[in-house]
Amino acid sequence: MTTATKGSVGTSHTRVEGRDKVTGAARYAAEIPFAELAHGWLVLSTVARGRIRALDTEAVLRMPGVLTVLHHHNAPRVDNDYVGLLGVPPDPSVALFQHDRVIHMGWPVALVVAETSEQAREAAEALVVTYDQEPHDVAFSAERQTEAYPVDGHAPGVVEKGDLEAQLASSAVVVDAEYTTPEEHHNPMEPHAATALWEGGRLEVVDSNQGTSWVAGELANLFSLDPASVRVRSEHVGGGFGSKGVRAHQVAAVMAATVLQRPVRVVMTRRQMFSLAGYRSPTAQRVRLGADADGRLRALEHQSLNMTSSVHEFVEPSAAASRAMYDADAHHTASRIVRLDVPTPTWMRAPGEAPGSFALEAALDELAERCGIDPIELRVLNEPAVGPVSGLPFSSRNLIACFREGARRFGWADRDPRPGVRRDGRWLLGTGTAAASFPAGAMPSTPAVTAEADGTFTVGVNAADIGTGARTALALVAADALGVPTDRVRVRIADSDLGPAMIAGGSMGTRSWAWAVTTAAEELRQSLAPGADIPPEGITVRSNTAEAIGALAQKERHSFGAQFAEVAVDPATGEVRVRRMLGIFAAGRIVNPLTARNQLVGGMIWGISMALHEEAVRDRSTGGLYGADLAGYHVAAHADIPHIEADWVDDPDPDDPVGIKGIGEIGIVGAAAAVANAVWHATGVRHRHLPIRPDRVLMAGGDA
Amino acid sequence: MPPSTSSDLTLSVNGEKYTLTVDHRTTLLDALRERLDLTGTKKGCDQGQCGACTVLVDGRRAVSCLQLAVAAEGREITTIEGVADGDQLHPVQQAFLDLDGFQCGYCTPGQICSAIALIEEHAAGWPSAATDDIRPDAGPPPLTPEEIRERMSGNLCRCGAYVSIVQAVARAAETKGAAA
Repeated sequence: MTTATKGSVGTSHTRVEGRDKVTGAARYAAEIPFAELAHGWLVLSTVARGRIRALDTEAVLRMPGVLTVLHHHNAPRVDNDYVGLLGVPPDPSVALFQHDRVIHMGWPVALVVAETSEQAREAAEALVVTYDQEPHDVAFSAERQTEAYPVDGHAPGVVEKGDLEAQLASSAVVVDAEYTTPEEHHNPMEPHAATALWEGGRLEVVDSNQGTSWVAGELANLFSLDPASVRVRSEHVGGGFGSKGVRAHQVAAVMAATVLQRPVRVVMTRRQMFSLAGYRSPTAQRVRLGADADGRLRALEHQSLNMTSSVHEFVEPSAAASRAMYDADAHHTASRIVRLDVPTPTWMRAPGEAPGSFALEAALDELAERCGIDPIELRVLNEPAVGPVSGLPFSSRNLIACFREGARRFGWADRDPRPGVRRDGRWLLGTGTAAASFPAGAMPSTPAVTAEADGTFTVGVNAADIGTGARTALALVAADALGVPTDRVRVRIADSDLGPAMIAGGSMGTRSWAWAVTTAAEELRQSLAPGADIPPEGITVRSNTAEAIGALAQKERHSFGAQFAEVAVDPATGEVRVRRMLGIFAAGRIVNPLTARNQLVGGMIWGISMALHEEAVRDRSTGGLYGADLAGYHVAAHADIPHIEADWVDDPDPDDPVGIKGIGEIGIVGAAAAVANAVWHATGVRHRHLPIRPDRVLMAGGDA
Repeated sequence: MPPSTSSDLTLSVNGEKYTLTVDHRTTLLDALRERLDLTGTKKGCDQGQCGACTVLVDGRRAVSCLQLAVAAEGREITTIEGVADGDQLHPVQQAFLDLDGFQCGYCTPGQICSAIALIEEHAAGWPSAATDDIRPDAGPPPLTPEEIRERMSGNLCRCGAYVSIVQAVARAAETKGAAA
């Protein structure tokens, strides 16, 4: 090939599906038409714990249009004793309608299926279910530590190095503080939706998810089907953030399609999502830092507690976030869980790192204050040469470069460190900073790249584009590997028939898919003889990156970043406004600056939302949430968000063929801490409990 | 004979007339999506809290989940499918595309419909909570980012594309201003 291209990776490219998205042509899961489609509506429990005594299905079955009511007496049996694609057993909550026990408020107890959604909804709301109610316990707090136990999730539960108490005792300065973060919900704009049907002996599911190989595998396991007989598609996905794996809606749809032998669509309502879609557990964290008078750390302890359901151990590994950040002679981290009568939490954007970095990076700011040194210089002082507890080398660590560049652009050098001394009319002003890190990894994928007879190329890779711009990024990556312009590359994604691939999760999607696409595309390019004819069926090369990824040397592999925020606090109303924010990241090679900047800023907006707004409040008497909707649960709106800038320093991953690390989650990490640290700088008050609501600001008083 | 639970009506959408029989419980949103196959209008919450289902009703923005289809007869409905001029994107659509004013795309049709109406409302001199001078004769305030943010706050974007959405609305308003 002699086509001279400048290279597509690293240049801004509008989304390849962008026109479809701005014209309304892009169809999401609930928008694909099917003949003879029936509509399912989930019925959720109105008690938090107990047994279903009776369901009065007779009355409902006589209602207009109702086709069936599925519940624990008549639903198909499922098997949840397996380990899925991600190497973990499923949350038993997805085994719908298998027993009479109610595990939490909003537990699915029945599915009503009818000809129209209006009929299904009315019948579902008319279904009388009676319960033998039992006392429930949903009261999460730091005091539950006594019942808690550590769990290994995607990181070990407990990691300890050195004598913590001895090092604390010999420290000149000790910060010992407790932090809490509330229950938070993903709330992707598109509710979970799936249509299931049997076609030619195969189960077809049109879904909204973060990985069709993953969901297809789970469904095959649950329903004891040959994996080859399950096909899941998910062309456009209206946001996921960790919530879109296998959940009640797909399982219910498959059950109903199997029973009725016609297509059935099940869509969660926004309110149902608050009990069925997963969420981030509240956390109660304690951080103890011991340091010499100059700020050098001797002791670092980070303890985290989260709640999980009575049926599944899900750990929010908040303490694990400290393990790569700062060294100390004694370094103890532990993430524990307590089991309550609540839904099982799940991964939510930067699981562990988001709440964990709030506690750690706020504690660092407190230490800087106590030691009388600049928060950035404190971090420079404690920058580790190797992994603080692993002893492994970093693949690359450009945290300080991020701080230096961020400080320059933000104007940090002019900052007066004293809190509570800047005013703009009724507003107190302050600035804050925090560090960010997130693991960088890759998982195997098996794409196919085809040279077509017309001179174009087709990439088939079972990626998911949940708003990340993966489809576009993969077109750029493939174009470079093939040595052709991007307009000659077509990318097909989100169909389990394309073969197994990594999910859109863990900030690993684009890297995992790009690596595999690059491998296949380079092999294809080498095999194409210049000027040779391509047969009508094209020439296809497949790759599988399992071996290459397995051969990676053990290293500390992370993205890093530095967050900066300026806030204004009105001491009369307690209102906190973020006035500007800057994030500088070292997050591998940036494939598409246009979409990458958007995604990083989006993560930072999640951080603002986490710092100031988001809080799901559980009612201890009912066991459910107060105001489980987008009015009761405020996510940042336009008026909450100022101009935000995100940029990056050069940081290509040396062990990735494209140099990618992953950018999906790093943007939220440290962002809430930067805001909280800025609120302290504005007011002189430390807010250790999120969100920093107006009432908390007012009750805390401050230098007003 | 029980009272009828459905009605025949004619909806006018994007300049086309559609005659259909709808269940009285059917919202305008569900009629568009389920009956007319106009799925560009999105259902994010179905209770008027997210703005994803925003359409133009007689030129003004409205959340279609809070209107019954039977109440929309006689109104001119414009959805995202009807804002472009053939293959020529509306300036707001073009600006969203060029400036990446979205990520997952699900709130996007609502954001775009809202922005189209916003630009009209602003040009007509309607004030917002961000407007300093709200006297009737003050004329349209400058369409600052703060004005745009305030006026777009009924449209949530969970991906957090707000910064580029505001830029896109500002650019589209400039384009329209230059064309006028």
